[in-house]
Amino acid sequence: MRQRLEPNRREFLKKCAAGAMLAGGTHGLPAFFSAREKTRVVNAHDPLLRGAGSSLDSGRLLKMLDRSVQALYATDSPLEAWKKVARPGEVVGLKVNGLAGRGISTSVLLVEVVCARLQDAGIPQKDIVIWDRLNADLESAGFRNATRQDHMRCFGNDTLGYEEDLATYGSVGSCLAKTLTQVCDAVINLPVLKDHGIAGVTMALKNLFGAIHNPNKYHLNVGDPYVADVNMLPPIRQKVRLHICDATTAQYEGGPSYMPQWTWRYNGLLMSRDPVALDYTGWQILEQERAEKGMKSLRALGRAPDYIATAADPNHRLGTNDPSQIEQVEV
Amino acid sequence: MSKTAHTRKGEASFSSDGPRREQEANDALPCDSVLASLSSLGASEHDRRTFLKLAGVPCLTACVGSCMAGWPSLALGAGSAPAEDSRFIVEAQFYEKLPYKKIRCKLCPRECVIDDRERGYCGVRENRGGSYYTLVHSRVCAAHIDPIEKKPLFHFFPGSLAFSVATAGCNVNCKFCQNWDISQSRPEQVRNAYLPPKDLANLAQQNRCPAIAYTYSEPIVFYEYMRDAAEAGHALGIKSVVVSGGFIQQDPLKKLCRDVDAIKVDLKAFSEKYYKEVVNGELKPVLEALVTMRKLGMWTELVYLVVPTLNDSDAEFRALAQWVKSNLGAEVPLHFSRFYPQYLLKNLPPTPLETLERAKAIADAEGLHYVYLGNTPGNAAENTYCPKCRRIVIERIGFAVKEMHLRKGKCEYCQQPIAGVWQ
Ligand code: SF4
Repeated sequence: MRQRLEPNRREFLKKCAAGAMLAGGTHGLPAFFSAREKTRVVNAHDPLLRGAGSSLDSGRLLKMLDRSVQALYATDSPLEAWKKVARPGEVVGLKVNGLAGRGISTSVLLVEVVCARLQDAGIPQKDIVIWDRLNADLESAGFRNATRQDHMRCFGNDTLGYEEDLATYGSVGSCLAKTLTQVCDAVINLPVLKDHGIAGVTMALKNLFGAIHNPNKYHLNVGDPYVADVNMLPPIRQKVRLHICDATTAQYEGGPSYMPQWTWRYNGLLMSRDPVALDYTGWQILEQERAEKGMKSLRALGRAPDYIATAADPNHRLGTNDPSQIEQVEV
Repeated sequence: MSKTAHTRKGEASFSSDGPRREQEANDALPCDSVLASLSSLGASEHDRRTFLKLAGVPCLTACVGSCMAGWPSLALGAGSAPAEDSRFIVEAQFYEKLPYKKIRCKLCPRECVIDDRERGYCGVRENRGGSYYTLVHSRVCAAHIDPIEKKPLFHFFPGSLAFSVATAGCNVNCKFCQNWDISQSRPEQVRNAYLPPKDLANLAQQNRCPAIAYTYSEPIVFYEYMRDAAEAGHALGIKSVVVSGGFIQQDPLKKLCRDVDAIKVDLKAFSEKYYKEVVNGELKPVLEALVTMRKLGMWTELVYLVVPTLNDSDAEFRALAQWVKSNLGAEVPLHFSRFYPQYLLKNLPPTPLETLERAKAIADAEGLHYVYLGNTPGNAAENTYCPKCRRIVIERIGFAVKEMHLRKGKCEYCQQPIAGVWQ
């Protein structure tokens, strides 16, 4: 039977705060985290991420990224952690989300600092590919399309197209993007923390709709079980190694389009190897913001993202949505 | 437990042996379908994938010729056009504007609510800044000349040819779809040609086709193009026939019925459960659409694809036949068609002939006058029998009409009127 866990939100968020205090004391990684068999979600924050202005401070963003990856992998240095993400010789794809344009897409600066750290870890520029569904989406999010093989590449699925084989799991049958199947050995998934008018929320799991040719077919029933099923397709399941959710700016209503009146500066990142735990955590953050703004919960509106629970069920096992199994680390 | 499986694009098309011909009776594309294009048109549009696919076909025209088993198709034209081509983008006729640049599509009962820069379920309609557009006007991804019997329309100008066209997209997602590689794709993911309505009508005329058929995928999703093409066709005396799932709202349907001459509806089952689980649609609006078509005097035929274990019970056949008789009339032809495993339903066997015969026996017993079996070449149930004297009035072999014994729409033997559009 499907696991449907909806713990007390307040309690869950309180736990996050406790984690923050613990982690904040050491500024490194508390030793006990590595001894537990829980899934870890790093919730990184920097209130000064923008300084006095509105644009992100690249130095502070890089530091936040370093703290996050080090905490997630429980290593002594960020570099050690990045070396666990990908090995030299592998082509690393960065799956961004550019659908909503500059307002609420994966930030170019975040992608730049991730690329910098990958290069530090021995991944040459030519083995880094930034990709999304459409070239137009990438451009509108501020990325510049580039396809030269000897440089860092950046292109939409419309450049290489899709496989002709139909990959199926459960309720879905889709052709996968060749960027995923033929170009990338490993993928870092870089979604955005935001509301979705049909699927409830869109973060790590939903961002992988950008790897299939027919995402329009899978928004029925608030994306359940389709989002979970798409993530079961072998190349997705096997190649995606890390999820870094851009929460520098987040949106709690009106998504996936950019609605500035419903965005807020969260000034943070969520990072995990478990997309289910990350999505569950992000969902609670969006719900808290909705509650603070006096808005109804997604459940009350009939668009709770139950695909997150489905992704955790025995047929999928893509991660956990059980808060008692999620280790919140705030850095 | 792994549930993953693969179907290859092209497996959904058919080789020259095995069940291919039978499957075509459901109006599947011939094996060259995605490659077929239009020779006389200057502009065609390829994406990289189909371009590469094309490059791998040394002699397209030869392939087209051999796969069509004698029915002509049109050789591929050269040239390319950008994927974003304003010629294909026309404002949609049925939608409602909502706050925050959202829209609600009012074309089919799904009523997709769509954000700016997003598309509906069918994948061929897009919200651009709060206005809604079809992306497939004149954007044809398949064009063939087929016998009208292949649609199948058995009571509409038998023995004639239909210039048959499709665009990408569909408003449902049947697990047994034969043409999923175009119906479940977005227009930029398949190869297209620019074929505006007047050119389409001219081509039909040049190729001596008395009708244009909108078929293969789901014509409802290229509604605006279909209506414009029907008007252009009528100006040249060419009829228009629609091959559809009938999942359409009442207002657009009523307008469509003014423009076209016959509609064949794939009534996929007679249960909401099947529509929900296998079709990703709803039965009720389809039944309502059928009633409207008949009320408006539209010539209508029905196909029911019999899928083993899913929609093949006696009770369902009986309920279907009773509903057809009392709501549409005993003279509406009903074609029970044979299923072959493909797309997402590869785990089921082909429909046994006995099941089809059982379905026909039940529908006959309920009093329907014209019950056919499809995808069963050589079967006597491909012929049209006079409901009064029971003699053959149209004898068929596959899609070919062998003999006709009709005079002015009446049985030549007993003068019984035979329902249909004959001249
Ligand atoms: S026609 Fe397409 S966009 Fe419109 S309601 Fe139907 S599926 Fe949705």
